[in-house]
Amino acid sequence: MSTDLAVQEREDQDVGVGDYQFGFHDPTDKYVFKSRRGLDREIVYQISEMKKEPKWMRDFRINSLETFFQKPMPSWGGDVGEIDFQNIFYYMKAAANLEKSWEDVPDDIRKTYDRLGIPEAEKKYLAGVKAQYESEVIYGSLQEDLAKQGVIFTDTDSALRDHPDLFREYFGKIIPPNDNKFAALNSAVWSGGSFIYVPPGVKIEFPLQAYFRINSENMGQFERTLIIVDEGASAHYVEGCTAPTYSSDSLHSAVVEIIVKRGGRFRYTTIQNWSNNVFNLVTKRAMAYGDSLMEWVDGNLGSKLTMKYPAIYLMEPGARGETLSIAFANNGQHQDAGAKMVHCAPNTSSRVVSKSISKGGGRASYRGLVKVEKGATNCKSNVVCDALILDSKSRSDTYPYIEAEDNQISLEHEASVSKIGEEQLFYLMSRGMTEAEASAMIVTGFIEPLVKELPMEYAVEMNRLIELQMEGSVG
Amino acid sequence: MSAILKISDLRVAVDGKPILKGVNLEIRQGEIHALMGPNGCGKSTLAYVVAGHPKYEITGGAIELDGVNVLELDPCQRARLGIFLAFQYPVTIPGVKVSDFLRHAVSNVRNPDRKEGEGLIPMKDFRKELKDRMSEIDIDSEFARRYLNDGFSGGEKKRMEILQLSLLRPRFAILDETDSGLDSDAVRAVSEGINKLHGPHMGVLIITHHERLLEFNKPSFTHVMLAGKIVETGDASLAHDLHANGYAAVRERHPTEAAEEQAVTVKA
Ligand SMILES: Nc1ncnc2c1ncn2[C@@H]1O[C@H](COP(=O)(O)OP(=O)(O)OP(=O)(O)O)[C@@H](O)[C@H]1O
Ligand SMILES: [Mg+2]
Repeated sequence: MSTDLAVQEREDQDVGVGDYQFGFHDPTDKYVFKSRRGLDREIVYQISEMKKEPKWMRDFRINSLETFFQKPMPSWGGDVGEIDFQNIFYYMKAAANLEKSWEDVPDDIRKTYDRLGIPEAEKKYLAGVKAQYESEVIYGSLQEDLAKQGVIFTDTDSALRDHPDLFREYFGKIIPPNDNKFAALNSAVWSGGSFIYVPPGVKIEFPLQAYFRINSENMGQFERTLIIVDEGASAHYVEGCTAPTYSSDSLHSAVVEIIVKRGGRFRYTTIQNWSNNVFNLVTKRAMAYGDSLMEWVDGNLGSKLTMKYPAIYLMEPGARGETLSIAFANNGQHQDAGAKMVHCAPNTSSRVVSKSISKGGGRASYRGLVKVEKGATNCKSNVVCDALILDSKSRSDTYPYIEAEDNQISLEHEASVSKIGEEQLFYLMSRGMTEAEASAMIVTGFIEPLVKELPMEYAVEMNRLIELQMEGSVG
Repeated sequence: MSAILKISDLRVAVDGKPILKGVNLEIRQGEIHALMGPNGCGKSTLAYVVAGHPKYEITGGAIELDGVNVLELDPCQRARLGIFLAFQYPVTIPGVKVSDFLRHAVSNVRNPDRKEGEGLIPMKDFRKELKDRMSEIDIDSEFARRYLNDGFSGGEKKRMEILQLSLLRPRFAILDETDSGLDSDAVRAVSEGINKLHGPHMGVLIITHHERLLEFNKPSFTHVMLAGKIVETGDASLAHDLHANGYAAVRERHPTEAAEEQAVTVKA
């Protein structure tokens, strides 16, 4: 992402942006299609109809809708009671086509991505890009040589149309609709998202990137991502998310399903920086087969409430899973994030590193589960959670759960909570740093072990976002 | 005209307990002063207070730099005004690279009006300068990429303080036991470093229990602190005498302070 975004002029300042830099809202009203507010069978039919989907998918959606209605709201985590499901727009289409060149993307939408720095980043260091605006992916590209090797990087709707067999084999298999209420909701109204297939042995060096943008008030974004990394293949996928600042809430509820086959390697990096009225309730799960490596790198900034616990099921011996997560909870925000590691086979290992920062009355919770199935002997799991609390108004909690059926395992869990140290602040200030700068530096240092795992552009962006969060209100 | 750091009748308490009880001290740019005194007499307290540590309560007196009331400034403003403290116990900042930290520090101190988020000094120039300074005081350039003081040995931390001194070039530097915990080669390197840095534009206050640092950097004044007061001031030979013979004679000459010192120790 471009690093000079902050100095770019913002023309349409009609909505209060506070210090959320992506809070601008594009005055697009030229929607090709906009569903009415609310959720019922008719809306779901309409979405499926618009997309000209096969019958199996329409049935899948309708059944999922029933499941959604039946499932109770989760009673743990954050307060989801405020979500008014009937006040949300479930489907909006802003452009008629999926474009292969930024020139062909409608002007006002392209402007958004220009401001977010996406086309520029694509030129510099990406192997492929998808941009989703509201419900639909409006831009897509993939390096030619990768396409030649059989790599598929497309939006999920196109995948259903163009690769029906591959799609149907895996879709909804890792996260079935009845997994949880929000997975059911996504299964009913899903639109867009990324579909990736990496053929056996193909190693993709540069990241594939997707960018999700919610632009309308009360919009629900329900992308659905499905990634298959075949035997011995490797890839890195990065996604960024933003939304404008409105006075009433939007909902982001994605489902991400991943399979990493024998000997494959896959890393999924997310930097979410939602405005602070987005409910961000995401179900992410990966299945990692023999000797493969699956990694989630998850950065959560912004949103009103985030509930997200990327899971890795270690299916066969030698599979490794790793989750690195960073959460920053500022005023009015609750980050309930963590990880889930399920050891289904012997000789599997997992590692979770979670860092959270709470400031200005924000609340950051770590919620994690390490589960070892019966017979999964000789497993290793290491969980480290560090929380940094910046002031006395803010809060941090840790909810680690361990379920182990087998006792031939090694489980480690460490947790630490610290306050920003007076001695550290003084030391930095005595070298000319302002208090805000010193605090930002300490926070940046705190998350550095995770940030250094990000692609360079994202690391720069992440540090800048942290600095923005730290500006002004220190003390 | 050379600037003056002027400390007058400074009184300081921590948690209600008086520690400095009327300290007077004047340092001009270009001068070297030594401050000696037994453990716990208040040397570091004085250093921290000049640098602006928030935990101390100023109960009386003044600190001025060229007429500017230093006590009204926060530590950041004091650093930008040209005050530097080499810490007796440098602080570890995990995850912050030495080079990033130094680049911010240098940018701020050289452009005192810099606001957070504004540009830093150019990377290229800074890199070169950093490399030069590091080699001057024998710090492996590898350290630029390490996290600040994280896992550094005691001696490495002290060298890091001198590196900062050499980059920030303050008008007044207080070196709080920068020579302690150093092997003799390191004392030599640090002493030479200070010697090179010192000049007509830097006033130095060296707090020490040893003589080596003072051999290289001969003080024009030596002050002796006892129970929160400077009780004697002499020249370099006083430092030598204290080092050779200890504080017994000083205590004899200042029975009131010696008694206060006793009282504190007994109570604690
Ligand atoms: N936070 C504090 N709370 C209570 N007492 C304190 C605090 N900080 C310093 N003191 C006391 O103030 C006195 C002076 O301490 P200071 O560190 O200034 O001594 P010093 O002269 O630097 O000693 P040394 O030679 O051992 O470094 C000591 O008795 C110390 O215990
Ligand atoms: Mg001391």
